[in-house]
Amino acid sequence: MARAVVNVPAKVKRGEIFEIKTLVQHAMETGFRRTQLGEVIPRDIIRQFVCTYNGVEIYRAELHPAISANPLLTFSTIATESGTIAATWTGDKGFSVTQSARISVV
Amino acid sequence: MACATGVEIPAGERRSGYEFMSRETRAMQDDDVTNPGMLWVLDGEALWNRKDGSAVRACADCHGDARASMKGVAARHPAWDAASGRPVNLEQRINACRTARQQAAALAYESRDLLALSAFVALQSRGMPAAVAIDARTRPYRDAGRDTFIRRQGQLNLACAQCHDERWGKKLAGSAIPQAHPTGYPLYRLEWQSLGSLQRRLRNCMIGMRAEPYAYGAPEFVDLELYLMWRARGMPLEAPAVRP
Repeated sequence: MARAVVNVPAKVKRGEIFEIKTLVQHAMETGFRRTQLGEVIPRDIIRQFVCTYNGVEIYRAELHPAISANPLLTFSTIATESGTIAATWTGDKGFSVTQSARISVV
Repeated sequence: MACATGVEIPAGERRSGYEFMSRETRAMQDDDVTNPGMLWVLDGEALWNRKDGSAVRACADCHGDARASMKGVAARHPAWDAASGRPVNLEQRINACRTARQQAAALAYESRDLLALSAFVALQSRGMPAAVAIDARTRPYRDAGRDTFIRRQGQLNLACAQCHDERWGKKLAGSAIPQAHPTGYPLYRLEWQSLGSLQRRLRNCMIGMRAEPYAYGAPEFVDLELYLMWRARGMPLEAPAVRP
């Protein structure tokens, strides 16, 4: 299974902005490349990224063929309460990976 | 044109490829969360603990915790191997262990598993100085590697030393020419969109000078690796590094 990393600071003050860094293992095959015999290599990319904070969606992204392999997405949100940041990547060929991280708000 | 002489870069002027990179690429390497090479390290750690081969033995069954047992191992390779009677690099050492102790099939060069295992092992030497042992046994191989480094080859009739000893810091078609210190391998190259071994990089360079590259695992490559690691002696290892 593909590896995924979700990183948040261990502790954040309530109301403070903090950064979420996510990294996932994926070849992001564009569908435009050909083999040496001229056959098209079928597209195999991540199509969608969704991040939730205690079940509430806080960030969503659509991914396209021009995005690099092993996409790294970082974004920020405001600390409201302790809980779980969960990221889900879904894509071609039934690709689906979920990874979460705990955040404690003080 | 100046002839490649193999005059070494003085210790005080040695620079890792890291120092020729952009701020953004450096930041990517500096943080393990953003360094894609760490994805291979995670895979390597799983492989380290997985029982394999007809001996049904994991790396961890003999070597225990890699954080202790593999510390400094990558910094010493290529190293002398009594069984084959010549220096071997880290990938060959891993495969020798696989075939002899685990009784498993050797992993192919540049295969995902071999890159993952070598990245995991190399990580344990992060920050340690490159320190290959040059003695009566390994010296001839180091010298053979140096001969390859300073020998003109390929249709462009270039020697490695002409760029990496004599013209480092200048530009080759917009890219900085680094000093060719192999301290970050296996490393994640943005151009490859993947982790790759030092030999993959050496093959790139040889194709660039329109020479016929040696096969993966060729003794000439291991000699060259040995020379390059000796040339970078004392420089801290940074695997898995990120390069443009």
